[in-house]
Amino acid sequence: MIKLNNVEKVYRTDRVETLALQNINLDIAPGEFVSMMGPSGCGKSTLLNLIGLLDAPTAGELELDRQKVRGWRDGDLARFRNEKLGFVFQSFHLVPDLKVVDNVEIPLLYRKGSTAARRKAAREALDRVGLSSRVTHFPTQLSGGQQQRVAIARAIVGKPRILLADEPTGNLDSAMGEEIMDILHDLNKKDGTTIVMVTHDERFARRTDRIVRLFDGRQVA
Amino acid sequence: MIGNYIKLALKVLQRRKFFTFISLFGICLTLVVLMVATAILDNLFSPRAPESRFGRTLCVYTIAIFGDSYSTTGTPGYGFVNEYVRNLPGAEATSAFSNFSGTAFFHQGRKIESNIKRTDGAYWKILDFHFLEGAPFTQEDDDRGNFVAVITSDLRRKLFGGASAIGKTFTVEGQTFRVVGVVPPVPITRIAAFSEIWVPIHTQKRAGWATQMTGEYNGLVLARSTADFPRLRREFAQRLTHFRFEKNYDHVNVGLDTPFEAFARSLSDQRKYNTQTPLRVKLILLAIALLFITLPTMNLVSINLSRILERSSEIGVRKAFGASSRALVGQFLVENVVLTIIGGAFGFALAVAILSALTNADLIPYAVFDVNLRIFLYGVAIAAVFGAISGVYPAWRMSRMHPVNALRGGVQ
Repeated sequence: MIKLNNVEKVYRTDRVETLALQNINLDIAPGEFVSMMGPSGCGKSTLLNLIGLLDAPTAGELELDRQKVRGWRDGDLARFRNEKLGFVFQSFHLVPDLKVVDNVEIPLLYRKGSTAARRKAAREALDRVGLSSRVTHFPTQLSGGQQQRVAIARAIVGKPRILLADEPTGNLDSAMGEEIMDILHDLNKKDGTTIVMVTHDERFARRTDRIVRLFDGRQVA
Repeated sequence: MIGNYIKLALKVLQRRKFFTFISLFGICLTLVVLMVATAILDNLFSPRAPESRFGRTLCVYTIAIFGDSYSTTGTPGYGFVNEYVRNLPGAEATSAFSNFSGTAFFHQGRKIESNIKRTDGAYWKILDFHFLEGAPFTQEDDDRGNFVAVITSDLRRKLFGGASAIGKTFTVEGQTFRVVGVVPPVPITRIAAFSEIWVPIHTQKRAGWATQMTGEYNGLVLARSTADFPRLRREFAQRLTHFRFEKNYDHVNVGLDTPFEAFARSLSDQRKYNTQTPLRVKLILLAIALLFITLPTMNLVSINLSRILERSSEIGVRKAFGASSRALVGQFLVENVVLTIIGGAFGFALAVAILSALTNADLIPYAVFDVNLRIFLYGVAIAAVFGAISGVYPAWRMSRMHPVNALRGGVQ
């Protein structure tokens, strides 16, 4: 489902060149739940951004869902992200001016479909994460755990084949973290969604199928 | 999707009330200035009664006669208008009228200040005055130098109270005139139409006026349609080839101008005036309007950038979930259009109020600065241009924001 061959990422400024990732080779099977671990600054989020097509590798090859990502334009990248990928961020990134249901609808705005169909799908996604009673609330009216569940609903509303989660439990206490992990496992098992999760928490990492460890931009395990 | 954008735009406007106020204030003020200026220009130049036929009327308001060392510029004299403008072949009507001049006279022991203009019978055919009572004087009245006058209803009130003025007399500049017609007041901005007293040209007392090449008379040529303008101008140029120059003069610069061209000619060096001058004046006016629109636009661009930058997280999220740069430009443009429409509505209302106050303040006597459909459409066009200019750049810049940077907080 996800293949990286000799992927390298270098950040260049006028004076400094920073090697963020080097020689990354990764093969993640469909339906696999993989966690990525490593100290801060080791390149976990950079790698997740490359897989999520939010950033481009400096060198190497990336293949997603059997498609080689090469020379894609803004529109191609946007369409792929919209149809195949879902994102969950550590700090939720919900739009504060939109109600919960409107936040969840965001990915569907960039697809064809009626307003009613969008609303129905958003409600179903919220039901899936146990927040059907909070559809008309605004994000600031929810707890951190609830906000992350809304973010997960937003990530899955478009039924993506790959879910990328960047420290989804990082801003939550352990109980809420467990809840989020339960939801992710449910998605992985029941829907077969491939999940790549960045985490600092060994306990949550152990609940995944495989742990990829990074250190100073290199893959060490 | 657009409905969603509009909903979001309204919410964003409510959230940042101070930003919204500053933005709306900028839009509103710009549109007010531009719309008031447009309304005044429209009042000055658009064909409206009693100059409603000025769309097909050509004017001779200025003349420049010059030689190597001498030059005379100013208003043509009656002699010039009579010899070179009057009875121009192909014209529906031609007329001469004097500049209005201020005058004061006593009537029944009261001092009355007014303005007087001398003209002919054709003047009343070119201008469409609505006569409240009586009728205009005729060409025969002018030819015979009959002491008849048309006055405004405002002067009628001052002279005769509310009563009918027809047949009554008043004495101005030592001549006693009998009132034959009464018309509504005309704003001073209407050069050809404005006066408070109109009397026949041939009642003039001053010696030599009939043969002067420069003086105080203007010419009007009513064409059957604008398509006749080139032919009339050729005829006029042909007549000018026989212009009789006085000693030391060998060039004359005068033309049959549309009202705007006449305005442009009055602003320019009349010796150097040519067919490109009106275009230059138009470009200068446009540049001034652009300057008016550019400064607040820059301000709004900067406010919009700050406003959008605050929402970099949202931009990042939208990009992550499939928004293309194009879709984001669309979203921010919709937001800006919503903002501009709201600001434009306030601006329009304020412009109407200011124009009404200007009219009531009587700064320009009898001028009525109203907002008609044309002004409204100008306003809509100005708002659209303003909205597009101030919205496109921030939208384009934000749409290009790298998604990772956007999610981090907006540093590009």
